[in-house]
Amino acid sequence: MANYITLNYLDLALASVLVLIDAGLSIIFGLKIHRSLLVAAIRMAVQLALIGLVLTALFSLVSPLWTGFVVLAMILFAGQEVMQRQDRRLSGWWSFGLGAGCMMMSSVLVTAFALLTAIRPSPWYDPRYAIPLLGMILGNCMTGIALGLNTLTTSLILRRASVEAQLMLGATRWDAAAPVTRDALRSALMPTINSMSATGLVSLPGMMTGQILSGVPPVEAVKYQILVMFLIAGGTGFGAAAAVLGGVYRLTDARHRLRLDRLAAAQAI
Amino acid sequence: MACYSLGVVAGDLTTIVVQTGKPVNCRTAWPKVPKDPEPSFPVDAPLLQVRDLRTKILKPASFSLAAGECIAVKGPSGAGKTLLLRAIADLDPNQGLVSLEGRDRSTIPGPEWRRLVGYVPAEPGWWAETVCGHFGDWSAAAAVLTDLGFPQEAKSWPIARLSTGERLRLALVRALIIRPKVLLLDEPTAALDAASVAAVESLIATRIRTGLAVLWVTHDAGQARRIARRQLVVEAGSVRDEIEQWPITSR
Repeated sequence: MANYITLNYLDLALASVLVLIDAGLSIIFGLKIHRSLLVAAIRMAVQLALIGLVLTALFSLVSPLWTGFVVLAMILFAGQEVMQRQDRRLSGWWSFGLGAGCMMMSSVLVTAFALLTAIRPSPWYDPRYAIPLLGMILGNCMTGIALGLNTLTTSLILRRASVEAQLMLGATRWDAAAPVTRDALRSALMPTINSMSATGLVSLPGMMTGQILSGVPPVEAVKYQILVMFLIAGGTGFGAAAAVLGGVYRLTDARHRLRLDRLAAAQAI
Repeated sequence: MACYSLGVVAGDLTTIVVQTGKPVNCRTAWPKVPKDPEPSFPVDAPLLQVRDLRTKILKPASFSLAAGECIAVKGPSGAGKTLLLRAIADLDPNQGLVSLEGRDRSTIPGPEWRRLVGYVPAEPGWWAETVCGHFGDWSAAAAVLTDLGFPQEAKSWPIARLSTGERLRLALVRALIIRPKVLLLDEPTAALDAASVAAVESLIATRIRTGLAVLWVTHDAGQARRIARRQLVVEAGSVRDEIEQWPITSR
């Protein structure tokens, strides 16, 4: 198994000098981002160290319950992240619940699909497969939903007159919001399309690179990567469609009115 | 100047009686009006009834509007005239009773209600790039657009190039060809030249003669006198019904 070169902590310390150089640039040019840069770097190191410990424990347990807990925690953090990426949030629980709910639905569904059909580990919930797979799908789904919802809310605000003009002439809420809905879904899926078309030419995906570094033959790693790309496209599509339609549902009402009052007040920046 | 073949005789707040065949002074000034016209619409019951209509800002408003009647809505800017029209069209959350021909609004789905009670805002919205993209039935629109001075090639005009006045007239036609029973107009002639104002007023007057009921927000006292015999005054969110503000003989 030790087909790969292990790193020691001195190697990491050496690489961290690069972040310090970034911080130095921020000070020289007065960007005022050196503090957040360093905090982010430290957060990254601590979070990854912790997840390393968690995964080690999890992989040795192979318990459906604990795997489920970790999955839930990941989805809750992703829900928080979606909420924070909104210029204008939905009011109340919707702002967290809609994103988290849709991500849970689509990423769990797509991960289970892959585990039960393509990969088939035994047991099927083996965290060594389930957790990394879910992580990759969830991460992309999160980006898609955050973009989709943000496009939906900002363009409903910008194009309010256009949407209401259609409502005034007797259009249903779904028809009146259709152009905005389309834009939101398109922007949710754009990153997936872009990453699929650039993969292999411009970028080598992290997962594939990781497998190659650990000694997997490139052709095998590529097959895994293609599978993961398809899963990501599916998960992002389902999740974003559910979230954007849920957003339209929430921002209109049963009398087919546009209800921008259901957005939380704009935050002072 | 528009003049109607029917005299709307003001009754109390809830009943407006439209009488036919009663001598009305304007006939002498407008001989084109046929004698003793028979109304083609029921005149006994009010068409639109509004009772205690209120929103977060609007104080309870009650009034009724008969078929073939036009009420001028006046009041200072920001008083709530637009909010009143939006509440009647059910575009904002509101409470109170609104009914059309005795049918309670809450029993009619929102989209259907807005086809019956059309609303034309002061700043109409657009969703397609060209003019014709906003009309489901272009041939019906073309006939009315010609009356308002639009040439045939207006069909392919890009919306972005239109003047405010052109947009207002297009929005009016867009609402008219759905054939609503009530039309809520929010300053439909604010950006128009005198000739266009006259064209719009006479177009609406024609529709009123065939039974359309209109609430017309206007800042122009002269226009209010030309189009309506009754007015609602909106001040600081409260709506006051002022019946027969001007006697018909003053025309």
